[in-house]
Amino acid sequence: MLARVATFAIDGVEPRLVWVEVDIRQGLPAFTIVGLGDAAVRESRDRTRAAILNSGFEFPLKRITANLAPAFLRKVGPGFDAALALAVLAASGQLRAPALEAYAVFGELSLSGELRDSPGALAVAEGAWRAGFRRLIVPRERAREAALVGEVAIVGVAALREAAEVVDGADPPPLPAARVRRGPAGGTDADLADVRGHAAPVLALLIAAAGAHNLLLEGAPGTGKTMLARRLPSILPAMTRSEAIEVTRIHSVAGIHSDGLVVARPFRAPHHTISPSGLVGGSAPPRPGEATLANHGVLFLDELSEFQRSSLEALRQPLEDGCVTIVRGQRALVFPTRFMLVAATNPCPCGFAGVDDRCHCGEADLRRHRRKLSGPLLDRMDLLVDVRRPSERDLHAPPATSSAAARDLVAEARERQYMRLAGTPARCNGEMDVRLVRRHVVLDPDAEQAIACAYASGTLSARGRHRVLRVARTIADLERHDRVMRTDVLTAFGLRQRSNRESALAA
Amino acid sequence: MSQACPQCIGRAWLLGRVGGHLDAVRSRVGDLLCLEAAELVAAVGGRRRAELLRELEALDADRYRRRASDTGLELMCCCAERYPPALLMLRNPPAVLHVAGGLERFLALSDGDPVALVGARRGSEYGRGVAESLGRSLAAAGITVVSGMALGTDSAAHRGALAAGGATVAVLPCGADRAYPASARALRERIVGTGAAVSELPPGSAARRWAFPARNRIIAGLAAMTVVVEAGSRSGAMVTARVATELGRVVGAVPGRVTSPHAAGPHELLSRGATLVRSGQDVLDALFGAGVRRAGDGGERAELAPELQVLLAAIGDGHDTAQALTRAGLEPGAGLAALAALELAGYVRREPGGRYSVVLA
Repeated sequence: MLARVATFAIDGVEPRLVWVEVDIRQGLPAFTIVGLGDAAVRESRDRTRAAILNSGFEFPLKRITANLAPAFLRKVGPGFDAALALAVLAASGQLRAPALEAYAVFGELSLSGELRDSPGALAVAEGAWRAGFRRLIVPRERAREAALVGEVAIVGVAALREAAEVVDGADPPPLPAARVRRGPAGGTDADLADVRGHAAPVLALLIAAAGAHNLLLEGAPGTGKTMLARRLPSILPAMTRSEAIEVTRIHSVAGIHSDGLVVARPFRAPHHTISPSGLVGGSAPPRPGEATLANHGVLFLDELSEFQRSSLEALRQPLEDGCVTIVRGQRALVFPTRFMLVAATNPCPCGFAGVDDRCHCGEADLRRHRRKLSGPLLDRMDLLVDVRRPSERDLHAPPATSSAAARDLVAEARERQYMRLAGTPARCNGEMDVRLVRRHVVLDPDAEQAIACAYASGTLSARGRHRVLRVARTIADLERHDRVMRTDVLTAFGLRQRSNRESALAA
Repeated sequence: MSQACPQCIGRAWLLGRVGGHLDAVRSRVGDLLCLEAAELVAAVGGRRRAELLRELEALDADRYRRRASDTGLELMCCCAERYPPALLMLRNPPAVLHVAGGLERFLALSDGDPVALVGARRGSEYGRGVAESLGRSLAAAGITVVSGMALGTDSAAHRGALAAGGATVAVLPCGADRAYPASARALRERIVGTGAAVSELPPGSAARRWAFPARNRIIAGLAAMTVVVEAGSRSGAMVTARVATELGRVVGAVPGRVTSPHAAGPHELLSRGATLVRSGQDVLDALFGAGVRRAGDGGERAELAPELQVLLAAIGDGHDTAQALTRAGLEPGAGLAALAALELAGYVRREPGGRYSVVLA
């Protein structure tokens, strides 16, 4: 007898419909699976067999052939177990096959017949909705996540037996209650209110958040660069629902999230030993990299100069295009990578330049240190701020602002940008290209004179000038200035990037 | 317009040929450089004496001249009438000066009381900043800055002079057609554009260890005054200062912090009676008498608003940026703009690590 069940393979972060077909006929007892599965799929035979028996069903002692269609798509992981088991049950007449066809099924089985927690349920639910399925069976742990796609009825089951009963007409179990989440609703307990001193870096964070500018933090070890960077997600505007669902789907596929909707913007801080494919995605089969996991959030690269050059260079396309295309074999996969980049670095190889006399780095050391930072990457960083050790008095002073207050300012500034940039490809100042800067950055005469003076003195390159103008526009937005004023330009100038090329210009 | 006799050319050629031998005896290189060609071969030639003498005998001076002019160098030997008299006062004047950037220009520049600014390669930001300011203000006053184009202090001095539109002379420890360090190639181009690069070594010579103290004696010889900005007590800059003292030239030193190892050299010089140098004006006063010539500051700087003046004073006083802002009564947020205004007006400079330092006028 023949039966088939729909399930989904996850291709990158996208769901692909896969039919599990099972054919059972007379012959020597055998169980083969075809359809380009990996080792986990091959081992699925033994799991399925044990799970069926341990759930109190019969395992047919006949010739069983299972096919995962389409056969050209490479199938990875144990997520096909449940579909395979149900198809075997239907093909052997232990389950009503027509009833099963209305369901999509997803999940890994344990030998005892339980459905194990399996990553990627949200992607599967989206796939089910797109493929026109009304009901989806997923492991119970993933039910709330899958239920984020409202149009599909989610059946969260704990065991194979329960799934079979639901298919046979039993009432589906109710969705499990949300787990108690630790920490505040913002999802992160890092708040700007914890920061003492650091006036300039906090201002830089605010500007970075308001205009979606990439930020470089420079400072000696232990001054608080990481602490500051961690607080950036808390002042970014809340994610829209579609952004949150995208983040949840990616994090679910990557197996780093398992319950309900991700509400906090991601903050990813990969270690500097990371490989290029770890950073932007890759390996076979392609998996999302840190840049994709940071989608709609913040990618933080601590000790920027320690990263492999190839890893940093690999970030260029994702930064430029907001997505990365990975080609493996004959297939190209696209991963979204819209993140804000925050990097931290020591000012010199020993880390103590400008702090005290411990620094013995000469000009050549400094130059070598700057050269290690990828030039093209620095070009994408609008802001540079020096992080200094706060003084004793700063530590006892009240905090400058809280994340909630800062978030309101950021949201208002973003609103202004959104209105101004309506009808252009850019949504915030950080995305403005040269043409948009020329059109939308209107300078007050005093400001005009300040920028002209900076440019004439040779301290700014043409590119540097463009960056200063972009940042100045954001500062003006925060200050509610319609035109960019002189102080806006000066503050932007104080936070300007000093890239290799600009210091070479001064040489 | 090269003027070099075959004998001197032979001597210059020999320096390039026995470079390795000189490295082995570099503690006495000052004495060795006093020797005539034949004596030099006898002193360091070792087993290859005869061979070297034969090659020296067979040396084609015209070919040497052609090679120099092909690499853009002009030659002048110490027998020439217009050889800089200041250099002749050395006990071991360079036999042939190889000049890039024009011999006439170099002679004119060396005639006008040039000032040497020398110091540590791995000095502090403070030292580099002071060297650059001194270079700028001396060049603005029409003084030629002589230095060695090394990293750190030397190149900062050259850059300062160039920034003020002045001419500057680099004395190199390699052939004058090359740059040492190689990373200073762009700087060499700019120096040669308005000033000159000079060496006593044949074109194409690589820098050898003995050539550094040898180069330092030429710097001291060329300059009417030698100013040490930052130097350890046993550094090349101190060699330059010693030679300058021996020649009876004025030696100046820029004070630093007593705790800083880079200030040991200048402080030693000051304790032995060197001229205290705080600005370009101090140098001019020492050279020409107090108040005779006025230092320029490389362009007028804008008048400062009162709160910026307070801020500037606080930074100059060594206060950390945040403290300086507090003193000026500025909110740190608004302070960034104030600091940027000072930087734009040329009063302060931002150092790595976020510290600001005052730029000398």
